[in-house]
Amino acid sequence: MQEAKQIIGLREMQVGQKGRIVSVNIDGDLGRRMRDMGLIPGTDIEVIGQAPLRDPVALRLLGITLALRNSEADYISVEV
Amino acid sequence: MSETSMQPYIALAGNPNSGKTTAFNVYTGARQRVGNYPGVTVERKEGTAHHEGSTVHIVDLPGTYSLTAYSEEELVVRRELAERPPQAVINMLDASALERSLYLTVQLLEMGQPLVLALNMIDEARAAGIRIDRHELGQRLGVPVVETVARNGTGLAEALSAALAVEKNREKEGLTISYGSDIDPVLADMQVQIEKAGVATHKYPARWLALKILEGDADVLAEVRKVDSTLAERLAVSCHTVAGHIQKTLKTSPEAVISDYRHGFVRGLLKDGVMTQEDGRDRLAFSDKIDKVLVNAFSGPLIMFAVLYMVFYLTFEVGAYPQGWVEDFFGWLGGIATDAIPPGLLQSLIVSGIIDGLGGILSFVPLILIMFLFIAFLEDTGYMARIAYMVDRIFRSFGLHGSSVMAYITAGGIAGGCAIPGAMATRTLRSPKEKLATLLTLPYFPCGAKLPVFLLLAGVFFPDNEATVMMLMLLAGWSFALLVAWLLRSTIIRGKSTPFVMELPPYRLPTLVSLLVHCWERGWMYIKKAGTVLLAASILIWASMTFPQLDTEKAAPLEAAITDAESALEALAADAPDTLRTEVQANVDTARAILADASLRHSIAGRIGLALEPFTRPIGFDWRTDVALVSGIAAKEAIVSTLGTAYSLGEVDPEESEPLAARLASEPGWSPATALSLMLFVLLYSPCFVALVVIRNEAGGWRWLVFSIVFNTALAYAVSLLAYSVGKSIWS
Repeated sequence: MQEAKQIIGLREMQVGQKGRIVSVNIDGDLGRRMRDMGLIPGTDIEVIGQAPLRDPVALRLLGITLALRNSEADYISVEV
Repeated sequence: MSETSMQPYIALAGNPNSGKTTAFNVYTGARQRVGNYPGVTVERKEGTAHHEGSTVHIVDLPGTYSLTAYSEEELVVRRELAERPPQAVINMLDASALERSLYLTVQLLEMGQPLVLALNMIDEARAAGIRIDRHELGQRLGVPVVETVARNGTGLAEALSAALAVEKNREKEGLTISYGSDIDPVLADMQVQIEKAGVATHKYPARWLALKILEGDADVLAEVRKVDSTLAERLAVSCHTVAGHIQKTLKTSPEAVISDYRHGFVRGLLKDGVMTQEDGRDRLAFSDKIDKVLVNAFSGPLIMFAVLYMVFYLTFEVGAYPQGWVEDFFGWLGGIATDAIPPGLLQSLIVSGIIDGLGGILSFVPLILIMFLFIAFLEDTGYMARIAYMVDRIFRSFGLHGSSVMAYITAGGIAGGCAIPGAMATRTLRSPKEKLATLLTLPYFPCGAKLPVFLLLAGVFFPDNEATVMMLMLLAGWSFALLVAWLLRSTIIRGKSTPFVMELPPYRLPTLVSLLVHCWERGWMYIKKAGTVLLAASILIWASMTFPQLDTEKAAPLEAAITDAESALEALAADAPDTLRTEVQANVDTARAILADASLRHSIAGRIGLALEPFTRPIGFDWRTDVALVSGIAAKEAIVSTLGTAYSLGEVDPEESEPLAARLASEPGWSPATALSLMLFVLLYSPCFVALVVIRNEAGGWRWLVFSIVFNTALAYAVSLLAYSVGKSIWS
């Protein structure tokens, strides 16, 4: 039985949870930076940890570890 | 332009942490020079390599992930490649993160750059079960691909040979990627318009310019506008139209669409077995395990404090030895000069002005070298990125960046640091606004040179609470630094915080050469830049405390008094009682002190002090304190010694300030309120000369130097005024 896919904000993902980016709704410097680092629709990501104060979070994508703030994660929705 | 600027050269490009600089160090060894790109604080590194009997010039471009206008580094790479086209570019790729690395490669190819791809750290990739068909990859992109391991030099000679063999073909069009049915027609149309107008095609391919403008690149559009403003307008209109269409149909921007297709192109490149990954193997497994401990919610902060404390402790404890040797050497040199040159102005200039000044500057070099050895180690291992990751939440609340922490700690965030290496440590900050706020606030920490002032005053006026006073000074330093940072970021350097989005690179052991090169660069930069300015400043201070000299008729009676007292001392019989000897010696000292006091009052520094006195009365300082504070701008170390001179006790060693302490305790103008006011003033007022010079260099403008002097002194005055009035009501 496969669970139905649902779309949630990246911020809601738990440590250890995997998903696939469906949208990145931000332009300007932040959007450019995110896309340059590979945060685009279709990329598989996994939340692998969070900083001691629960922000920023660390993601695994494309074989690298990427850290970003929760406020930045808010622009990204993920299919899990 | 330097004389090498027109010579053919090979450029090294790649992502941060791709091993680019390691390769550069292997190629050039010690034959490298570091400068700055004009107008920005990005370093320009070039050097020469000996390769198969000839000399090759190599430029190490700043590490970037892309060629947009996101950061200064990216702009610098673009401009360097366009304005000084290299013979070829060696693009260093992290073989284990190929997809991410190729995103830059594709953009370099779109720019029409002649490329050689170096699959670096190929050993690491193989160990992680990653297989790359380099011939097929090269075929698909039309470029040579070599495998390298930069840290031991494997494949680097081959990469250089390949780069030198690349046929120079500037007229070649860049790589053409399809950006889909929405973008492609507009792109083609804009390309034709640019080609017709003949704008800048000798520098950039027309399609690349069109693409950048579609990506909303203000820098490129401005460049086109400079050459042909009507064309720029037409292109902007085309761009606007397509943006409106894409917004309506796809609810996104052309820039995002272009990025998606570019990523898609890269993914396509790696399909059909070009890159395969064996299941169950993960090169990051080891780093993840380390992170479980190093960024853990409990052990993470503890280990971080321990590491920062260790760096700090080792720098200043171990650094104290070579620092002492440098000081001893200049002391010895001063002694020789004193013996060799007859007493008088020349001797005074050379010994007090030049040798002491040089000694003061160069004594910081060991600290800077050791500090940067550690910083380079923390950066190259990947731990620095984790520190930024852990503290970002706190620093962000004050408008700073996680990476600000190292600069703060170095500057005196643990009491006893130094603002000079601290300001230089802001180089690791990638975000301009946060960097500026960090730079401008790090002088508030209790640096090593301020500590003797605190120790002296706390010892005299708060004898039972010295440790508490020192702790409060440290807390005051942190509070003011963070509050002022917040204030600056909400006023004159206001603006959205720079995105944090950063890579946490896998843990790696840095190579010794990289560490040594890094720390030597810093040390040499310091000697060169600060050295010249501080030497001049030191001579200036000497002159201001020496000139104008007392008139002969005023000085004569005072000098006669010294001579009389000295002859009385010499005339004493060898068996004279000790009490008598002490008494006569005291007469000599008093006579010398009277002359020193009169000379100082007459000198420019003394007059400045006397002129400032009416303004510093409300915060409890007399003219002697003012002279000490003014000399403290040259170097904070000078405050206690100048205070000693000003209180007519001759040179006071800051480490042994007993007589000065006794004098202050009995001086009617001094109270605990004065001491508190002075401590806070010293903590906050204008940074010292060398720190100011480094701040100017890092902030990139004289106005920030002036700001640091004026704003910090005004803040210090306001705080001291408050402290003095509150203090007076408590300790009256």
